[in-house]
Amino acid sequence: MTPTLGLAPVREQLANGVTLIVTQTPTQPAVTISAAMSAGSLCDPIGAEGTAHLLSRLLDRAAGTRAADEVADVLDFHGVSPSITVSRHTTTVSCDCLAGDVEPVLGLVGDMLRAPACLDADVEIRRGQVMTGLREDEDSPSTRALDAVMPLLYGAHHPYGRATKGSPATVEPIERSELLDFHAARFAPDRLTLVLVGDITVSAAVAAATEACGGWRGQAAPLVSPPLLPPAPPVHRRLIIPMPAKSQADIVYGFTTIVRSDPAFYAYWVMNNVLGQYGIGGRLGQSIRERQGMAYYAGSMFEAGHIAGPLLVRAGVNAENVDRALESIDIEVAGLARDGATGQEVMRAKRYLCGAMPRSLETNAAIARFLQTAQQFDLGLDHDSRLPGLVDAVTVEAVAEAARRTLIPEQAAVVIAGPYEGS
Amino acid sequence: MCGQSSRPDGVLPPPRVAVLDNGLQVRIIESHTAPLVSVWCWYGVGSKDEGPGLTGASHWVEHMNFKGTAGIPADEFKQFIDRFGGFWNGYTWIDQTTYVATATKDALDQMLFLEAERMDRCLYDAAATESERTVIVSELQGGENDPDHLLDIEVTATAFKAHPYRHPTIGWVGDLHAMSRDDLHGYYRRYYTPTNATLVIVGDVDADDALRQAERRFGGIRAGAIPTRRRTVEPAQTGERRLEIEREGTTGYLKVAYHAPAATDPDFAPMLVLDAALTGAKGLNLWASFGGPTPQRRARLYRSLVDAGHAAAVDGSFVATADPYLFMVSATAAGGTPLAELRDLTLAALDTVCAGGIPPDEVARARRQLQARIVLENNSITNIGHQVGFFETVAGPGVLVQLPARIAAVTSEDVARVAARYLATSNRTVGWFQPI
Repeated sequence: MTPTLGLAPVREQLANGVTLIVTQTPTQPAVTISAAMSAGSLCDPIGAEGTAHLLSRLLDRAAGTRAADEVADVLDFHGVSPSITVSRHTTTVSCDCLAGDVEPVLGLVGDMLRAPACLDADVEIRRGQVMTGLREDEDSPSTRALDAVMPLLYGAHHPYGRATKGSPATVEPIERSELLDFHAARFAPDRLTLVLVGDITVSAAVAAATEACGGWRGQAAPLVSPPLLPPAPPVHRRLIIPMPAKSQADIVYGFTTIVRSDPAFYAYWVMNNVLGQYGIGGRLGQSIRERQGMAYYAGSMFEAGHIAGPLLVRAGVNAENVDRALESIDIEVAGLARDGATGQEVMRAKRYLCGAMPRSLETNAAIARFLQTAQQFDLGLDHDSRLPGLVDAVTVEAVAEAARRTLIPEQAAVVIAGPYEGS
Repeated sequence: MCGQSSRPDGVLPPPRVAVLDNGLQVRIIESHTAPLVSVWCWYGVGSKDEGPGLTGASHWVEHMNFKGTAGIPADEFKQFIDRFGGFWNGYTWIDQTTYVATATKDALDQMLFLEAERMDRCLYDAAATESERTVIVSELQGGENDPDHLLDIEVTATAFKAHPYRHPTIGWVGDLHAMSRDDLHGYYRRYYTPTNATLVIVGDVDADDALRQAERRFGGIRAGAIPTRRRTVEPAQTGERRLEIEREGTTGYLKVAYHAPAATDPDFAPMLVLDAALTGAKGLNLWASFGGPTPQRRARLYRSLVDAGHAAAVDGSFVATADPYLFMVSATAAGGTPLAELRDLTLAALDTVCAGGIPPDEVARARRQLQARIVLENNSITNIGHQVGFFETVAGPGVLVQLPARIAAVTSEDVARVAARYLATSNRTVGWFQPI
């Protein structure tokens, strides 16, 4: 359906275990640097949720022999602002820089990951910012609904049910020594995947990576592996978070699905597109937004991971329409599970997903994200070339089976946050 | 694969320029880095064109223009580009309304067909209009859930007394409940004409061939009258304005808005550099924030407010507009810092720059940041298409191409001059959201 894309990345391993993946693209005189460390919020000690996140906020302060001002000077001089994110499994530093600036910027990224100083003053400034962010989240119906659905789906004590950013109660007491201990135990060269994409040759990338990270020695504690099966019981769960001062209610309606390595992944991908993405929100958008005019947004998202990841239906509606929107979600979810998708829907979704690949890999940053995912889930360096065939092979029956296995309204976890107190 | 989409200095390749017989402006840039093409269709209509009772009409019309045409049924319209794996969207702001699709290059003709249909043959079905009314009210209410957004609307409305930039693009809720299908259809017919539009094509195309395809799809649309507009010039502000919103919430927010120059003003480039020195360089793209955080660690206000622990975040907003708009500084109060203290510290820092300008080394860093961001933001044919069409629509021909050189030429004296002129106390509106 779609010609082979052929990113043709090259993978090298530095002597200290750093994995380097390089793809040269001529699009721009620029390079994307993406450095992913296999250390995310799963590694947070019990009761100290938010440790990985707080540490991530300190990476771009003093590091190695550089004072915080020197780090800031390098970043601002080159017009670079790293995006530092923490998921359950990884901490990722990524940034774009001009092609001529790769060496100094990558050198700095190496220092940030290898030796963050976590000075007391910086810890307090960054903790204050994190606490403000947590307070802002408490005031956002969409964030609260999204955050609350995970413990409902997985259980409050499951690694996927714990909050990645923690809470004010868990972030407030984290000590500098705990951050440094976390770093020493979890950050190591053999846990680092460095992806460089852009106007750079493989040999130049290897030289720059070796200069930046080659001298790093160390070993990390064993990886944290969450239980494969979520412990939360597959029964209908419903939580209302009343926020009477708000104008609109946000609904999150979720299920657990499959692991990324499950052969059914591509059928789930197609099924989710039919349910909540194709056109403007798939079947859900067609019903809730287009036909009933109830919501500005209605759709679904699907994320398979190292354990069974979530499929989440989301919609933002006026409080008066919450019950009607939930009923509509029930109908669409149950209908897809009962009858499957039509041949035309599956054909359209497959054509969309295959046709979108060249566009979704247009920028250096997008290619870097794709290669990080391929590395994280061991999908192979040629994954971009095989992906169209994998999607094309999905059958109507496989999509129906994915829907039947997962989309069971009686087992959904539902959260409503906003000016709504229940019907 | 051949060629880079932008030069190291950030200057985009010159587009192929054409004007169809009906007045439609066409800009085409060949970029053969991927088998993709991006089509943008821009209209010179935005919320500044709306009179009393019609606030929100431009945005609502944009929504209606996804609800089917004579040639594309309503239930197929939003799936039309998906058939090619394409991305599609539209947005409305104060000066402009635009529609975009990016897909594989074999979709070019269908993308042009869709835009030609949208320009001339939208349905405006009565039931679809009513359904979309509640969708838009839902969009408005979703925005109201965010106190920072709420404050932005109030500060903007206070800063402008006369110019229609004062009302939000989504409109006032009373107008959204009152507007009729005929109001919207009349608005559509008035502004959606070739003479009020610019078509931009960027991607893996042959420019001559793409122009022929554009002529085939758009050439038959009648020119229509050039919309006449009455312009209101905002009178000079004569004193500081202040406002407070007290509402249930968890966090305090502050905004300081100064009247600022339009894109064609000679002061525009020095103001970009001033903003970069104060809050970090964002580049020239309206959607720069989507490209990642702003480099701002050494920026004046970041150091004095965030590094010092008074604010959790600070940001500046200054973008190209057709008429003089606003330079707005926003800050989020850190826990433990009273809003009044944050306000006084922010105003003191801004007053210092108003009185003394910015030293040459900080100006040089701001210029370099801006130049890097301009290169980095042109990272896709979609973004290049946006920049070309956006500047053509709000600023006119030539402005975008000249900006990198104009930024490079900005001196610390230029920055001091615009700081003294625009950061004056009498030119500002200060607003804050006090959580209770």
